Amino acid sequence: MKLLRVHALSTFIAMLIALYAIFIFAPTERTMGFIGEVQRIFYFHVSSNWTTFLATFCVFLCSILFLLKESREWDIRAAAAAELGVVFGTLGLISGTLWARPVWGIWWTWDARLTSFFLLWLILLAYQMLRRVVDSPAQRGRLSAVFGILAAVDTPIVYMANRWWRTQHPAPVIAGGPGSGLDPRMALTLCITLGAFTLLYVYLWRIRCELERTADVIETLQRQLQTQGMEVR
Amino acid sequence: MTYLFAAYTAVWVVLFAYVFSLSRRQQKFQDEVMKLQKLLESQKRS
Repeated sequence: MKLLRVHALSTFIAMLIALYAIFIFAPTERTMGFIGEVQRIFYFHVSSNWTTFLATFCVFLCSILFLLKESREWDIRAAAAAELGVVFGTLGLISGTLWARPVWGIWWTWDARLTSFFLLWLILLAYQMLRRVVDSPAQRGRLSAVFGILAAVDTPIVYMANRWWRTQHPAPVIAGGPGSGLDPRMALTLCITLGAFTLLYVYLWRIRCELERTADVIETLQRQLQTQGMEVR
Repeated sequence: MTYLFAAYTAVWVVLFAYVFSLSRRQQKFQDEVMKLQKLLESQKRS
């Protein structure tokens, strides 16, 4: 519990540092002209999407481990990560549309990058629905593990979409080949924000896993009461 | 500037709403555990 509090505090401090870096330390983008300030959405947008990828990778890894070991703990971790994938994916979509409007003049376009990311978000959302409709824990675990692995297949497509196809979404600024790159202060700000989001993700993941474990305790207690002939609602 | 403000506000609103929902669910589950444990204990005593 003490460790969790230290984690919460460090996440809070990291977020404050990230906000300082975004709004004060990072320079204003010049090529966008008078709307250069709006580029500051970039830091939260990229970090949200990075966290969605991280969550999907966790779902993938935990799902494989669940299928191999059939341990409930891996199912718990996969389910928690998938829920966080939806939350951070939502942040990525919202910040993306609010950045697209002033820069492209449109809220949304069905290009390869945006569509594949939206598909990933839908898969993670469907994963949540699937867990709600299947009653048997073993069957729910297996089905959602298969679904979780499928979700991960879309991730490299999202990442490579603006490298493989011409998209409205800009070409990658990091590891995007010749001509790509960021101002050193922008790169540092992005690193800080990515770190803060990763800390936040791990913190929320731990809390969410704990929630699922408490739900299991409830189920066990209810079963114990039922075996003693008590009706539990 | 309006879009920048809107984007950061929306991100924080969604994050806070999620954290709030997590804490509510945690509280609800803990209350449920307490209630069931009390029921089980009273069942054992009787």
